[in-house]
Amino acid sequence: MSDTAYAAPKTAPPSLMKTLDLDTRLLGMIGAFVVMCVAFDLVTDGRFLTPRNIFNLTIQTVSVAIMATGMVFVIVTRHIDLSVGSVLATCSAVMAMVQTAVLPDWLGLGLNHPFTWVITILAGLAAGTAIGIFHGMLIGYLAVPAFIVTLGGLLVWRNVAWYLTNGQTVGPLDSTFMQFGGINGTLGPQMSWILGGLASLAAILIIVQSRRSKVRHGFPVKPMWAEVVLGMVATGAILGFVAVLNAYEVPTARLRRMFEARGETLPEGFTTGYGLPISVLVLIVVAVVMTVVAKRTRLGRYIFATGGNPDAAALSGINTRLLTVKVFAIMGALCAISAVVASARLANHSNDIGTLDELRVIAAAVIGGTALAGGVGTIYGAILGALIMQSLQSGMAMVGVDAPLQNIVVGTVLVAAVLIDVQLRKSGWRQRSR
Amino acid sequence: MDRTTPLVQLENIRLAFGGIQAVDDVSIDLYPGEVVGLLGHNGAGKSTLIKILSGAYHMDSGKIRINGEPVHIESPRDARRYNIETIYQTLALADNLDAASNLFLGRELTTALGFVDDAKMEAETRKIMARLNPNFKRLKEPVSALSGGQRQSVAIARAVYFNAKILIMDEPTAALGVHETQMVAELIEELKKSGLGIFLISHDTREMMSLCDRVAVMKNGALVGIERVEDVTEDDILSMIILGQNPKHAEASAGAA
Repeated sequence: MSDTAYAAPKTAPPSLMKTLDLDTRLLGMIGAFVVMCVAFDLVTDGRFLTPRNIFNLTIQTVSVAIMATGMVFVIVTRHIDLSVGSVLATCSAVMAMVQTAVLPDWLGLGLNHPFTWVITILAGLAAGTAIGIFHGMLIGYLAVPAFIVTLGGLLVWRNVAWYLTNGQTVGPLDSTFMQFGGINGTLGPQMSWILGGLASLAAILIIVQSRRSKVRHGFPVKPMWAEVVLGMVATGAILGFVAVLNAYEVPTARLRRMFEARGETLPEGFTTGYGLPISVLVLIVVAVVMTVVAKRTRLGRYIFATGGNPDAAALSGINTRLLTVKVFAIMGALCAISAVVASARLANHSNDIGTLDELRVIAAAVIGGTALAGGVGTIYGAILGALIMQSLQSGMAMVGVDAPLQNIVVGTVLVAAVLIDVQLRKSGWRQRSR
Repeated sequence: MDRTTPLVQLENIRLAFGGIQAVDDVSIDLYPGEVVGLLGHNGAGKSTLIKILSGAYHMDSGKIRINGEPVHIESPRDARRYNIETIYQTLALADNLDAASNLFLGRELTTALGFVDDAKMEAETRKIMARLNPNFKRLKEPVSALSGGQRQSVAIARAVYFNAKILIMDEPTAALGVHETQMVAELIEELKKSGLGIFLISHDTREMMSLCDRVAVMKNGALVGIERVEDVTEDDILSMIILGQNPKHAEASAGAA
């Protein structure tokens, strides 16, 4: 094998973008996001980019973002799931009943028993996964279109949730369970720094590892300075995020209550930050796992291959029907995880939990670059999409935009984002085929 | 030709779609180092027959033997287990994935931890491509960005890489230019020498005469006849395709009467 045959063509020196080998689409989204945040910050006289608001934005985004990662797989395989908000409600109802009725009354464990939260979450996951498998079998094996199955599911599961709770709001929930909601469960500054440090190390390790692997197989690598810049940007972003979350200080009154609960008194002048919310940690874990599944496993490879060409996938020996079941099972499980976060954040299960989430989740995935034609989409894009949607909504609320106008803007942004994406892809296509 | 055990024996294969008998009691065999061409109009049942062998369709009745052993081929995965590789007319490529991902689709190389080993697959793809199509350099791009010939080389590489013993090529040159067609012809010659059996489907009678050892003509799902290419003329084959009858046999039977 001649190495020269594969050397890069010796034309103009590669552009900066090419040298850094970055996803231009991702950079465009981040750019738009930054511009939007700065604009809101200016209009609100600096109230938008405060640690407090960033903290709140983050925890508000988690539930939709978790489901959006699953929606990427669903849309990539050319399906759609309109039922995620309702499935979330059913999972939430199951978990509310398990922790407030089944475990305390029937099994006599009591509301705040140390095992309550584990059993509750397992029950929720089982319910969500089972619903997903059921949807997936109807779609994959019985060939009912996903649109119809999940449109039916939208009505069915919303009202199954109603029956499970007799239409009542169920609360209060288990105290450990509620720590998954956000503000009631944070890691504190010290633990957050430790995790931030570990995450930075992991980021550097991944960069080093991928460079080594490329060198080992004789592939071209980026110049060293580009790798160093990437590493610095990654660790800077991680540690900066931790610093912001740590900078949001727990109010004194709340601190005093926390100390009193432990039978201590609040020392004079003591302050501490919230740090990383557990719900955000859950989202990060979900994002990492889903990204690994998408990029590094056969399952992920088959999901994208099936989305790109279902016939080719089937002829390559991929069981596309079973794959559909798996994709919807993952979606169901993620709805359950979102249900944990959403109901814990509200501190109760209410009948309308997750209403219209299907639209937010689909919008997040689509704004994040998932193509409805299938075969294209990224996990980090969907999460960024969810963050953009949430920031837009709460930024407008902060500015004082009327509620109807807020929804008009969000709807318009969704369509505009896809329009821009379609145009960009078109021009990219032409360039390549030339 | 060396008449040892046939590589493939298709015996009395039948398959109906609704009321249409797509393949009607067809028997064909294929020997090692042999190219058998399948000819016929659109809808004559060539592709359907071949898809039964490659596991995409299930036959209603009939028998398949590989190296004399009866086998059951229920899925493309089964076919691959018997070293049957297929290059489909549509190429069966996932357009959104790169060449390496397509080449190894369904048979990914994995690391010790069970994750897909992209670097290794890319390196292997380079090796096989250096042999098949040295001009091929766009390993990182989705195959939708490639030319017809480049896409074809990915599809061929997929069959060759996994040591096919039985190769099915459905219209391998339909989308190709002159140079690339020549490349495919040379490749077929080379694979033949290494002892593969090849089923070739094409509409181009002249091409078939030069590439194949035997040609089988189908019409309306049934087999019209199998002839050695040296025993027939292009006209004979054309009348078999159009009339469903070998003129030589017609003469012979007329002479006997």
